[in-house]
This record gives sequence, C-alpha cells and structure tokens, in this order.
Amino acid sequence: MLLLIPLLPFVGFLINAFLGRRLAKSVSGGIACLAIIGSFVVSVISVLSLVSSGALSADATAFDWMSSGDLQIPLRFRLDHLASLMILVVTGIGSLIHIYSTGYMHEETDPEYARYFSYLNLFAAFMLVLVLGANFPVMFVGWEGVGLCSYLLIGFWFRKTSAADAGKKAFVVNRIGDFGFILGMLLVFVTFGTLDFQEVAAAAAQRAPEAAGWGVMTIASLLLFIGATGKSAQIPLYVWLPDAMEGPTPVSALIHAATMVTAGVYMIGRNAVLFEHAPTTLAIVAAIGVATALMAGTIGLVQNDIKRVLAYSTVSQLGYMFLAMGVGAYAAGIFHLYTHAFFKALLFLGSGAVIHALAGEQDIRNMGGLKKYLPITYWTFVVGALAIAGFPLLSGFFSKDEILFRTFTAHTPGHLLFYAIAIVTSLLTATYMFRLVFLTFHGERRHDAPAPEHPNEEEGGADAHGGHAPAHAAHAPSQPLVASGFSRKDDSDGHGHGHGHGGAHDHAPHEAPWSMAIPLILLAVGSVVAGYVGVPHALGGNNRIESFLEPSFEAHAAAGHETAAPAAAEAPQAEAAHADEGTERTLMALSVGIALAGIGLAWYFWLANRKVVEGLAGSLAPVHRLLLNKYYVDELYDAAIVQPIKKISTGALWKGVDAGLIDGTVNGVGLVVSGASTGLRRLQTGSIRTYAFALFAGAISILAYYLFS
Amino acid sequence: MVPLNYYLILSGILFSIGTAGVFLRRNLITVLLSVEIMLNAVNLSFVAIGRYLGSVDGQIITFFVMTVAAAEAAVGLALVIALFRHRETLSPDAYTSLKW
Repeated sequence: MLLLIPLLPFVGFLINAFLGRRLAKSVSGGIACLAIIGSFVVSVISVLSLVSSGALSADATAFDWMSSGDLQIPLRFRLDHLASLMILVVTGIGSLIHIYSTGYMHEETDPEYARYFSYLNLFAAFMLVLVLGANFPVMFVGWEGVGLCSYLLIGFWFRKTSAADAGKKAFVVNRIGDFGFILGMLLVFVTFGTLDFQEVAAAAAQRAPEAAGWGVMTIASLLLFIGATGKSAQIPLYVWLPDAMEGPTPVSALIHAATMVTAGVYMIGRNAVLFEHAPTTLAIVAAIGVATALMAGTIGLVQNDIKRVLAYSTVSQLGYMFLAMGVGAYAAGIFHLYTHAFFKALLFLGSGAVIHALAGEQDIRNMGGLKKYLPITYWTFVVGALAIAGFPLLSGFFSKDEILFRTFTAHTPGHLLFYAIAIVTSLLTATYMFRLVFLTFHGERRHDAPAPEHPNEEEGGADAHGGHAPAHAAHAPSQPLVASGFSRKDDSDGHGHGHGHGGAHDHAPHEAPWSMAIPLILLAVGSVVAGYVGVPHALGGNNRIESFLEPSFEAHAAAGHETAAPAAAEAPQAEAAHADEGTERTLMALSVGIALAGIGLAWYFWLANRKVVEGLAGSLAPVHRLLLNKYYVDELYDAAIVQPIKKISTGALWKGVDAGLIDGTVNGVGLVVSGASTGLRRLQTGSIRTYAFALFAGAISILAYYLFS
Repeated sequence: MVPLNYYLILSGILFSIGTAGVFLRRNLITVLLSVEIMLNAVNLSFVAIGRYLGSVDGQIITFFVMTVAAAEAAVGLALVIALFRHRETLSPDAYTSLKW
C-alpha cells in the first residue's frame, strides 16, 4: 500500500514522458492529475489506517537494495506521524497545484505540456520517496531526485538564457549541500553502524548529549545540516531560491515554497534525536535560521518582482522553521512547515493568476488596481497574506506564535536575542506582504510607471538576467504585439503567455479560469483552517498536532512498540506548557500587535502616502541600494568563489593539467611509439635474401655461442 | 681409408659454396640449385659420419633428405614459374612487396 504512494505519480511520469508527445493536453494533464490525486487518496487511506491501528509507524519493504557486509539497505518505506503529515501536504497541495497547472500552462504546445506534467509527476514521486524513506540512502534518492526535478522545472523554459542559468545555479548550489549530506550520512554509518532512521535514533539515544565541543554526533549533524541549508535555502546556500523563480509559477508554488524546500526542515525533524544530542549544532541551526529569516525579510521589503518577494518570503519563513528546529521545538517547526505550505502555495498561485492575467507581467510597479478585475485572486491573496503575516485565528498565526513562544522559553543561549530578531522579522513579513497586496491590487493601474529598460536588471545584479524576454520570444510566436503601454511586456520578464486576446487585455485583465480559481479557493480555506489542528493550550486548545508529531522525534527501540515512554515524556511537558500560558498569551498579544503594525506600516507607506516611501528611499539611498542588490551576496559569491574557480579551472586544471599533463602524456606516448616504429620499419625490407641472411647470421651466432662458450 | 676430416672439410666447403650462392646469386633458379648443394653437403657429412660410426642411420637420414629435396625442388620450381609469370623476372630483389 505504501509503495503505491510514490509509484502512482511515477507511473504518471512514465506515461507522459514516453507517450506524452502524442497525447492531447487534456489527456496528459488528466493523467498527471489522476496520478497525484490517486496518490493523495492512497495517502489518506494509509494515514487513517495508521492512526486507527494506534501504531507509531508502519513499514513496507520493496526489496533489498544493497547488501554488503554490515551495510544492509532495504528499499523500505516507513509511515509514521511525521511522514503522515508530510505525505498529506505533498499529495494534497500537489494535487491542487497539478489542477492549477492545467489552466496555467494551457498556452504551451502539446509536447511541452506533457513534458511539464511528466516533470511535475516525477517530482511528486521523488518527494514522496524522500518523505517515506526509512533510511538515509532511500531518503537521499528522493533528495537528489527532487533536486533534479527542481533543475528541470526551473529551466523548463530553457530557451530563455536566464531560466537555464537559474536551473544550473540551483543544481550546483544544491550539490554543495548534498556533498555535506553524503558526508554526514557516511559519518552516521561509521558511528552507529546503521542507516535506518529509527535505529540511528535508538543508538543516538544511548549516548550522552555532547554538551560542548565537537563530538562525532555534532559533526555528523552539522554535515547533515549543510545538506539542509542547500535544499532549504538557508545562509549561506540560499542564493539559488530567488533565481529559481524563473520557472513556471505553479512550480515555484509546489517545489520552491510548499514542499521541496522544506525537505531540510523535515530531515532535521526526522533525525531529531541525533540533533537533540548535539546542542552545538542546534545552536548553529537556530542562529542560521534566524539570521536567514531577518536577511531575507529585509531583502523582500524592496524587491519589485512579485515572485521574488514571495521567494524571499519563503526563505525567511524557512528560517523560522530552522529557528524552531534549533531551539528544539520540532513539532512547532513542522507545524509551521505545514501551515506555510498552504498559505505560501496560495500566495504563489495567486501571483501566478496575476501574472497570467497580465500576460507575463511580474513587476509590481506595473500593477495596481487589479482588485476589481481579479476579485477571486484578490480575496484569496489577501487571505494568504493575512495568514503569513500572523493575523489572529488564521493558520500562520498559530504556527508562528508557537515558534516565537518556544523560542522565548527555550533554554539555549541567546534565545532572547533570537526571539527579538524573530519578532522584527515578523514585522517585516507583515510589511512586505501587504506592500505586495497594496501595490498589486490597490491604487491606480500603472502600466508604464518605470522606464521600459527594466530597471530590475540593475537590481538583479550581475547575474545572468540579461536576455530575459527576447530569447523567449521564440517560445511564444503568437504573442500579439499590441501598440499600447502593454506591449512593453515583451521586453519584461514575460514568459510568453501569448494569450491571443489581442489588445483587449490591456483594458480588462481577465480573472483566472476555474481550473486555477478552485485551487486558489481551496488553498485559501486551507490557509484559514489549517492552523486549528494546533491551537495552543493558552487559547483553550490542546495542540493536537504537537502530541501527534511528538513520537516521531523520539527514539523507539522497535517499530510501533513502547507506547509508555512518549506518554511519560509528555506529561511534564504539558505541565510546563500550562505554567507558561500567561507568558504565551502576552507574547501572542505582542505578535498580533506586531502583525497589525506591519500591515499598518505597509498601508501608510504604499497606499496612503507613497511620497514618504520614495523620500525615504532617497534619503536612505545607500541602504536602499544595498537591499535592492540583496546585500551583494551574489556578487560576493561570484567574486570570491565562482571567478576563482573559473580561473583555476581554466588556467591550471584545463590548460595545465588537462591539456598539458594528461593530453601531453597521451600524445607523448603516441609520438614515441610512432617515432620508434618509423625507425624500426627500416628493418623490414621485404627482400627475401636479407631475411635469409639474418636467419643465417642468427643461426651462426647461436652456434658460435654454444661452441665457444 | 680416407680420414673423416677430409669428408667433413669437403662438406663444409660445399655448404659454404651453397650458402654463398643463396645469398649472392640474383637468379632464383640458381638460388634453388645452391640450396640443393647445401643439402647435398649435409648428406655427405651424414654418410661420412655414419660410416665412421659404423651405423646405417646416416644413410637412412640421407634417403629422407633426398626425398624431401626432390619434393622441395618440385615445389620450388613451380613457385619460380609462377613468380616469373607474375613479374617477368627471376631476380629475388624484385620481390620485396612483403613488408610493412
């Protein structure tokens, strides 16, 4: 049964990959949607049967994958409470995004359409392998697989140079993280002699926590965390995620917001026991998480590309999740992961609807006043923005407050500082999200606000955002060149949604089709209600999600047994939580105030009083430029890492080692042989008498040797 | 009684003459004749040593050699004729294409 969950999307991938060229759009899209929805149904059934059986986990082994001495790796899937939540998120939100994609990608040709859906299904299959894998190597297969799909989908419009470059960047940066992951995996095997998650947890639980310094568990968990920073876009490996927005918007929603980028958080949750025994690593995780959250939040405040703002917001929210992991609040982190999947997917899909309606326009300076044209998109987007901002009683409020509260009451050093930064970030989150809402949907329509040379390019820095649209023109030959302000979109980011509406869409951007609107509405509902599984004790709830997830973060001797220990561990925790309820309510009020303040700030600056913000940008020009250029991190990496590597590769490795040493050796051997042969060839005259003479002389000399020696 | 050494020296002289003929003459038929001389030089030493040792083995071997020499002459002459038809010359230096 468990095997079916990743298998269904994989079958969908195979069908679309091999037969997709000949299938009509409705067929290939339908197959893909059926595959993922089927997977969702199977997931629901599996989760229900797991919960009703009362077991903590259920295993399903496909076959022995590797077997060599101590190393025994079965291809085994395991469904526990943590994995249950994840597969529901992946298949549920995945299904909605598949349906949305059938509308969003409608302009593509049949083979392209099938290619898109085959990648999307393949991604879902790998993501489910990642989530369900019962040991490190199986998870790693999924881990690499989703990386591959991410690369393929970012570069989906590969005729556009910037998209192809962004795909490569994502792949290379992820590879750095994966290297750490592999090393961590090997260290785990060397230390514990097993790669099964439960066995590793049980073995780690036997050891005393490594209080300080660099024990083996600290190093192993740090290496794994490096893998997580790559996949989940944390400092220092976050740079690929904003560029990944070159991909189609549903992809950004599914892969680069809701599911794949949370794999790092999930992986830490999966190895919670190991991380719990390495406090140094946890402190680093928390510090990196909070630093990323703040940094990405500040960048998000000034970006002008609607998807980039959301991308930085994703990075920032992922930082929150890592902060939660770092202070030991694993359930809170996963809870935020789960609510974030709803509202961030919603926001991305909403932005996709806007982009779709404006035929490829992504610059928020060219939007505005879309509220009356796109009512469904507007209202769902507002719900998403409220949820992420932490507006009371929406999903983001519960999960974010849980993280803030757990940070405040954590026992790790510096937790108050972390809390303060997190609160500031929370303010930033509310502000930039509503900046987006106000600039996009409110005010006047501004088609031609900034100059058409697309100033975004300077902000985009030196990275290869060069030939944005012209390269893509080939992709959408049908794109009408309307002689109005709107024709400008041809030199903007437009990814060629040639709608064929002629000049009409200049006046009336059209609302999303139903295939896109329904997922938006469902996700908006989800964004509102998803949080109610985790209503904290302070508000009269009982935080069901935490008690549901908690067993997954503890060590169990064997699968599905030992129900006494978690219950015992829970009791004091509940007591502690009870004592802190007063604090929690105070903190909650504070963060609600912060969220409202953020929204108010955004309203004041970008809706009521735009002059102020322009003046502010002018008077704080250096800061503004620093933020616009994303702290020059891309440039820094380029100068510090990319260029030196290029120089070394060209000068030393290519021209020196490859062309000089290796080619020199090979060619030298060839030259020596051919030279010697030319000399030796003279011996072969072809004259029989010479041969006979040589024979004779040889016979004589052998004879002479025996006679005279 | 002629001493053995005389036979052996005669045999050596004949063998040398044959060898010189093989290497120096520029006519394939002469070369074949020289090979016959060499064979007969060896036959002479077989017979002489057989007589010296009082054994008939040397004479038996000589018969074998003569049989083989006859066959060799037949095959050799046939080859020479074939070669001559091919190149219109009997100089061994003309046949050098068997190289590289």
